[in-house]
Amino acid sequence: MVEVKSISKSYGLKAVVDDVSVSIQKGKITSFIGPNGAGKSTLLSIISRLMNADTGEVLIDGQKVNETKSRELAKKIAILKQSNHLSLRLSVRDLVSFGRFPYSQGKLTKEDQVYIDEAIRYMELEDMQDRYLDQLSGGQKQRAFIAMTIAQDTDYILLDEPLNNLDMKHSVQIMKVLRRLANELGKTVLIVIHDINFASVYSDYIVALKDGKIEAQGTVNDIMTSLVLKQVYGMEMPIQEINNQKICVYFS
Amino acid sequence: MREKGKLILLIVLAAVSITGFMFIELGANWDYALPRRAEKMAAIVLTGTVIAIATLLFQTITNNRILTPSIIGLDSLYMLVQTTLVFFLGSTSLTVMNKQVNFAISLGFMIVFALVLYRILFKREGQNIYFLLLLGLIVGTFFGSFTSFMQVLIDPNEFQIILDRMFASFNNIQTDVLVMASVITAVVLLYMMKFVKYLDVLSLGKETAVNLGVDYDYTVKRLLVIVAVLISVATALVGPITFLGLLVVNVAYEMFKTYKHSVLIFASALVSIVALSAGQVLVEHVFTFSTQLSVIINFVGGIYFIYLLLRESKS
Amino acid sequence: MKKRYLVFLLIALSCTSLFVGVTRISPLDLFRFDDHQTQIFWQSRVPRLISILIAGVTLSISGFIMQQLSRNKFVSPTTAGTMDSARFGILIALIVFTSASPFEKMIVAFVFSLVGTFLFMKILDRIKMKDPIFIPLVGLMFGNIISSITTFFAYKHDLIQNMSAWLQGDFSMITAGRYEMLYISIPLVMIAYIFADRFTIAGLGEDFAKNLGLNYKQAVNVGLIIVALSTTLVVLTVGLIPFLGLVVPNIVSLYRGDNLKNSLFDTALLGAVFILFCDILGRIIIFPYEIPIGLTVGVIGSGIFIYLLMRRRDYA
Repeated sequence: MVEVKSISKSYGLKAVVDDVSVSIQKGKITSFIGPNGAGKSTLLSIISRLMNADTGEVLIDGQKVNETKSRELAKKIAILKQSNHLSLRLSVRDLVSFGRFPYSQGKLTKEDQVYIDEAIRYMELEDMQDRYLDQLSGGQKQRAFIAMTIAQDTDYILLDEPLNNLDMKHSVQIMKVLRRLANELGKTVLIVIHDINFASVYSDYIVALKDGKIEAQGTVNDIMTSLVLKQVYGMEMPIQEINNQKICVYFS
Repeated sequence: MREKGKLILLIVLAAVSITGFMFIELGANWDYALPRRAEKMAAIVLTGTVIAIATLLFQTITNNRILTPSIIGLDSLYMLVQTTLVFFLGSTSLTVMNKQVNFAISLGFMIVFALVLYRILFKREGQNIYFLLLLGLIVGTFFGSFTSFMQVLIDPNEFQIILDRMFASFNNIQTDVLVMASVITAVVLLYMMKFVKYLDVLSLGKETAVNLGVDYDYTVKRLLVIVAVLISVATALVGPITFLGLLVVNVAYEMFKTYKHSVLIFASALVSIVALSAGQVLVEHVFTFSTQLSVIINFVGGIYFIYLLLRESKS
Repeated sequence: MKKRYLVFLLIALSCTSLFVGVTRISPLDLFRFDDHQTQIFWQSRVPRLISILIAGVTLSISGFIMQQLSRNKFVSPTTAGTMDSARFGILIALIVFTSASPFEKMIVAFVFSLVGTFLFMKILDRIKMKDPIFIPLVGLMFGNIISSITTFFAYKHDLIQNMSAWLQGDFSMITAGRYEMLYISIPLVMIAYIFADRFTIAGLGEDFAKNLGLNYKQAVNVGLIIVALSTTLVVLTVGLIPFLGLVVPNIVSLYRGDNLKNSLFDTALLGAVFILFCDILGRIIIFPYEIPIGLTVGVIGSGIFIYLLMRRRDYA
């Protein structure tokens, strides 16, 4: 379980994350939603130790994040940020292999190779595993990076806007993979996502942030109501039920 | 396998240019000339290796292939120290003449400066490495202002002494200074081995490196200190060659097209040795000392840099 | 309101500048100069004041134009290789026409600084990483490279110490007959004033400018020509004055925001005041000797630049 205890972070005078506490259920997909500048990405960065909080603490399976060795954490939690423009000449397989670094420190064992193969298969990258990253499309690159975090074999996977710049087909593909990771392998997935309908259809829990504070949190059914979403986004958010999925038709 | 072939090719090239340097036009006084040349060669190999490795580390830390560590102001500081010594003590002063003392003074100043700079940077959270570089560069300009102020005031005869210092030179390097530099380099490189395995991961960028469990701040701080010491040793030994590292590391990248530092470290050191020794042969036998090796290297390296910048966008 | 103080300061400092120097000239003597005093006054003091004012105004405005065109607060003639290119041009002029007339030097240096600045703007266009701090870093390195090329040729022709003199801005050599070229800058400043809005729009990008019906290429070219020519004139008559074009526009935008035409006037005014102040300081600190302006502005300017950087980071 991930426990966030009264985390605050500010730049200058502006509080980006303001006294946030939240618990994340194991083995589920939790989506963080909210308007621009709500502090979603910052919160994700703090949970994954990419940033330090000003006050408060994060516990992962009862261990304090800022007191745990970075190498140990890397076997427990994987984070993927949105901007991944690498200028390195790196093949897809090389990139995925880096996911094993926390275990092998650069010298790959047979066991590592198994994990790497599996991750590549999981993301359906077999036929392009020897291609270089700079030859791939945005969607393919994104899948390669996700494959790396899968090879990292952590209980927790954090993704910051994984659907950014992807078309619908690739977005659905990635969300389905995440769903499988949770259902089949029991991984805990945290994502920051803008499209609330993707959040509604594919996640178990939703945490809504606004101005650095938690505006609402709960199951998909709790959050996907006109009333709650109106509070979060400050506009009319009519909800319709289609095939048992709650879809928000906000194109008023 | 192809990597191995290319490495062997580089080793052969290095051997050829070293042999050329040692034996071309050796003349009758070979029993006197050979040890002199060997000494020079040792300085070339040491400097070449040190600058290549320092630049490679630096570019990996900064995730940028168009930067060179000398720009944090070390070159300017070296020139300031040299000019100040001549300005206040005169060209005949012991400190300029006694290379050992001079080496120690320059080295000390540069390392202290780099450490102070790092300290300022790492005191604040959320450090931006470009900020460090810019700060160093500005302070470098600042040193440069003082240097040229003194240079204009110095009498032209004394200026000749500084002129010699302005350009890296492998002539007249004393054995004991060379030994001192080699020992420091060996110790630093040994310490560096501890961090080599992190280099590949660091080249993926800070966030990915942290994600993969690298203690980023700890590692980068140590590596930056290593870079500063290496560059200081090279500069104090032969003088500033700002763009050598930039040139050779990029040539190594172009040749090997890999991200693996286990290969790149050797490759760039070898390229560097080839460039320096072949260049020195050219300077001595083709240009017959009418120009300075470092001036040529800065010239070629500089033009290559502009080419790199203009090419950046292509991919 | 600030403008009034600045104008007052400018007048006060200008008067001070006229009456500071080895030869005692006091304002009380103004109407009963002896011959020597008259000569010093008209041959040295007045030319010096005029050249200081012109250099301060044009360099600050050049920096302002470059910052508008590149949309980066840290671009200026110092941090874009303009000054180094001009110096390179002077060297080439010295080598090619052994006894180059000032006019020949100006033309060659102008061409070089224009090409250099243009090259930098091209590089700027192509660089993917738009980290605002990275840009001046590239620019300063670019300048270093131009300098190393200059060194290459200077070394071959034994002109290194000669070039060191061009490295250091110095007003003490200014006398009647050696600075008049700076007057060419005055029409440049006027053109800059007319074009101010267009520079700002051009800075928002080619597509944006086209959308507003602006001739993008023309605006950029005019801007760069003004920058290159006025920088060349200053380097040629006075020498390198680092950071002026960087620091002054930044200070103005601190208290004024980026409001176009008004800022231009403030920038010019503050630039003149700033450089006058530095010059007077350099003249009195080790009186009767003097510290060249390149050094005083270099020291004070780099200090302010570092402060600006630090400050920016707090908001980043």
